[in-house]
Amino acid sequence: MSYFERMDAVHMDILKEIGNIGAGHAATALSKLLNKRIEMTIPDVRIISFDEMMDIVGGADNVVAAVFLRIEGDAPGNMFFVLSIEQAERFIQQMTGDEQFKLEQDCSELPLSALQELGNILAGSYLSSLSDFTNLNLHPSVPALSIDMIGAILSYGLIEMSRVGDHVIVVDTAIHEEHQPDDRVNGHFFLLPDPESFHIIFRALGVEHDE
Amino acid sequence: MMSEIVQVVKVGIADMNIVKAPHVIRTCGLGSCVGVVVYDLTKEVAGMAHVMLPDSSLAKSENMNVAKYADTAIEELIRRVIEAGGRNGHLKAKMAGGAQMFQFRTGTTDMMRIGPRNVEAVRQQLQRFRIPIVAEDVGGSSGRTIEFHPKTGILLIRTVNQGVREM
Repeated sequence: MSYFERMDAVHMDILKEIGNIGAGHAATALSKLLNKRIEMTIPDVRIISFDEMMDIVGGADNVVAAVFLRIEGDAPGNMFFVLSIEQAERFIQQMTGDEQFKLEQDCSELPLSALQELGNILAGSYLSSLSDFTNLNLHPSVPALSIDMIGAILSYGLIEMSRVGDHVIVVDTAIHEEHQPDDRVNGHFFLLPDPESFHIIFRALGVEHDE
Repeated sequence: MMSEIVQVVKVGIADMNIVKAPHVIRTCGLGSCVGVVVYDLTKEVAGMAHVMLPDSSLAKSENMNVAKYADTAIEELIRRVIEAGGRNGHLKAKMAGGAQMFQFRTGTTDMMRIGPRNVEAVRQQLQRFRIPIVAEDVGGSSGRTIEFHPKTGILLIRTVNQGVREM
């Protein structure tokens, strides 16, 4: 994993701060949208294998709702907003006012597009704060929603990284609603910059990184 | 009738493994990736690879994982199945995966079409070694978990919306 050997503690701290700022803005946006308190964990920056990445969200065949968007501009990459099925249902119930809503029974257009729009707003606020912080031009593609096995979804974000090795650097921030009965984490933001983007991000923040 | 405990051999992402009956082999959460099985039914031996990318020319690093790329994975898979007792000329293949999970209206890059490209590459490689594909379930927009039983030659395919199918 020679590519990652050039990452030191300073670089990891920078990525952590990026996760902090990005997800912080996104959590605020979510909180305003739902008029609820949203709590956020301290971002976790890890260099892990593809299989370990799937294990963060319950293993490769765990079914989730995920919004995926491609980051375009100066530092391309991928972003995922991953929700457990129960949490996705709860968000849809809150947005549409239909408290009986279940994803299994109802796959109609409106609730799904509400969820997609939620993902769009959150990922958009994550990215724009990142863009402000780094002074880099970053813009999101149109978001795509999928409700499927997490392995099938996340592997899209691993394609670019897989060309340089068998590990991935993931900036993971988890969110959950306040006063949830269980302490289960219910949403994850995953930021997966393309391999070439890391030194662009570091340089933009004034830290050297050997290419 | 043997009452031996059946083990499930796991194949991770960009990984491959070998199994002999009565055990079974499984890989989870195939999206754009392709799960390919090469087996010899009479010897009850099979190998499975979880292929991520179509061609090793896409690699940007030197120490390469052969299981990741269709062109290198199939060759190695065949070698290992034969090593485990499979016979050249009796090998058959089944494959599943290669979905396009996300439909983007704009800016569709080549990398977004990776599913169909993986399927095509695996097919070409199997043809190169003259291994017939007896069954396949590819494309679409759903994730798949697959499990192969070397005793019967049956491939089980599970999707979120359609449950489990046999192939």
